Amino acid sequence: MAELAQRPFPPGHYRLIIVGSGPGALQLTYCLDRLGIDHAVLSADPGPGGMFRRWPVFQRMLSWTKPFTGFERESRVYERYDWNSLLAEEPASRAVMARVMDGSSYFPSRPEMERGLVTFAEMAPLRIRFGCHWETTQKDGGDYVLGTSDGEYRTPLVVFAVGVAEPWRPAIPGLENVPHYGELRAAETYADRRVFIIGKQNSGFEIATGLLPLARQIVLASPSATKLSVNTHSLVGVRARYVQPYEDSVLAGGVVVLDASIDEVKRVGDRYQVQTRRAHDGAALSFEVDDVIAATGFATPLRDLTQLGVATFGQSRLPAQTPFWESATVPGIYFAGTINQGAPGLKKHGIPSNSGAVQGYRYNARVLARHLAESQFGMRLPRRRVDAGEVVSHLLAEVSRGPELWHQRSYLARVLVIDADQGIVDDGIAPLAHFVDSAGPNAVAVALESNGRDDPYPAVYVRRDGEVTEHLLEPHPLLNFEGDEYQKAMIATLDRVLSPSLSQPQR
Amino acid sequence: MAAQDDVADTIAGFALFADLSAPQREQVAHLFDEAWFSEGERILRQGFSGSGLYVILDGAAAIRIDGVDRATLQAGDYFGEISVLLGELPNADIVALRRLRCLVLPSAQVEAFLKAHPNVMFRLLQGEARKVRTTTKWLS
Repeated sequence: MAELAQRPFPPGHYRLIIVGSGPGALQLTYCLDRLGIDHAVLSADPGPGGMFRRWPVFQRMLSWTKPFTGFERESRVYERYDWNSLLAEEPASRAVMARVMDGSSYFPSRPEMERGLVTFAEMAPLRIRFGCHWETTQKDGGDYVLGTSDGEYRTPLVVFAVGVAEPWRPAIPGLENVPHYGELRAAETYADRRVFIIGKQNSGFEIATGLLPLARQIVLASPSATKLSVNTHSLVGVRARYVQPYEDSVLAGGVVVLDASIDEVKRVGDRYQVQTRRAHDGAALSFEVDDVIAATGFATPLRDLTQLGVATFGQSRLPAQTPFWESATVPGIYFAGTINQGAPGLKKHGIPSNSGAVQGYRYNARVLARHLAESQFGMRLPRRRVDAGEVVSHLLAEVSRGPELWHQRSYLARVLVIDADQGIVDDGIAPLAHFVDSAGPNAVAVALESNGRDDPYPAVYVRRDGEVTEHLLEPHPLLNFEGDEYQKAMIATLDRVLSPSLSQPQR
Repeated sequence: MAAQDDVADTIAGFALFADLSAPQREQVAHLFDEAWFSEGERILRQGFSGSGLYVILDGAAAIRIDGVDRATLQAGDYFGEISVLLGELPNADIVALRRLRCLVLPSAQVEAFLKAHPNVMFRLLQGEARKVRTTTKWLS
């Protein structure tokens, strides 16, 4: 009971409330704390970690933390190789994952991931009211009223970091009675059974990989063809760790990978009959199997937010968001963590940001904290003046080594504002979509971009007299954009906003 | 109704996809991404790389060239195909006139999609022919 008595943030009025305690919420509350912004954090869970308290079902992450890189683990550049740790100002709290992993794999196990998040929360230390279930949401004047299991909370600003982990099933007759990804039984119970997996994304292939040594036959089916990340050069598609069932299929082993729509799943005795139609010719194919698993994706648990007017889209019912992750339809409601996928940015060449994963949304959270500080709390955060002679090398160093740009390609950018009176100022990291679509002073933004085919390349966006133009630099096979040719290309591009000598902003 | 079924049903009424079977429409719903835009938001940006083929599910958009609105697009209309087919940067902004939901297929996937769905390619050609006819009438 002493623990309960010490729970922070009793019901009441707060200037800002975060709902959630997964990595997105942890990163945001950490960043707000360091900016000195008072806020409350409420979570239904008993401890930090969010979905990583349970998943992935086969207990190992898809995202790596590379232990040996030649860079200090406390350095900013190391973040490029560590996809799983949260960001911290104090060296001791950086790269936590590299410390908690046992070294047997560069993919942390699920317990290691959870331990890393708990360690980060304890070291910060972060204050969270656990065991507090958000149940209802209403608007009352300028406040949102959150009804919770502990009572009523009022706030003008609320950030929902509640994940995208609610099982989603398409409206296929009979599918409602089939176990979803998270309801998988113990793997050994699938020994010598025929298993039909609906869904050909990572969750489906993760299950198939785990059942390869057990199941007699595995069928993976969904309407569209399987994409592989090694082909898309992005996180779109099945990740390499889960490609083995695909190889088994193309080499005619015991796995079938099928492009077909599912008409019906019918229980027949202790088996299932699955009726499908092939996508390309409509031919009917029927399967008799022992188990069916719906790996059909996840939705966002927004409860009653849609009734407040929060617009959603897509299968995952992601809330539509502004480039700064505010609901596009209900001001004052923000999102953090993997829900940030609802702010897709430019999504050039169809390649999404990494906002669905820790290595992407940890940077969004830091940008959001600064944005909230300035737009809602009246703060003006310090910005560094940049000497004109330093501009080119600074931008090229950022695009070569800046972890924000590497992990959030075509999505987050380093922005320099060029002001005739103030000089050149580093405006920090900003959403690229905001930069290219908003008015403002002359400025330059650099991002790293990919087209799904070539090596990544720098992109420079120049805003002059309110108009933004795009300038792409060449890819480099060693991903080093600091050589002479890049310096020349950057100088030529910046000529549009800086004098040729780079000594004075152009008036 | 579930989101993808909703999309598969919606596009059944669009001329572009009118000749597809139900499983093929489901495949389209899976293959294309869904995107959502606020009023005033740019969907395509004049002179920016990395666009795709867009099909409007709900809402309306303007074709805006150098700041001037030239035409309005509505549910069932598509855009972006010219820059995709020619491999050139878009020569217009497309701006949402009110909340807009659309399907998107990245440029790199459009050729394979059209070759795999010749009925869609034919419908798209018909659409382009209408645009040429309209332009010709306007010029004359």
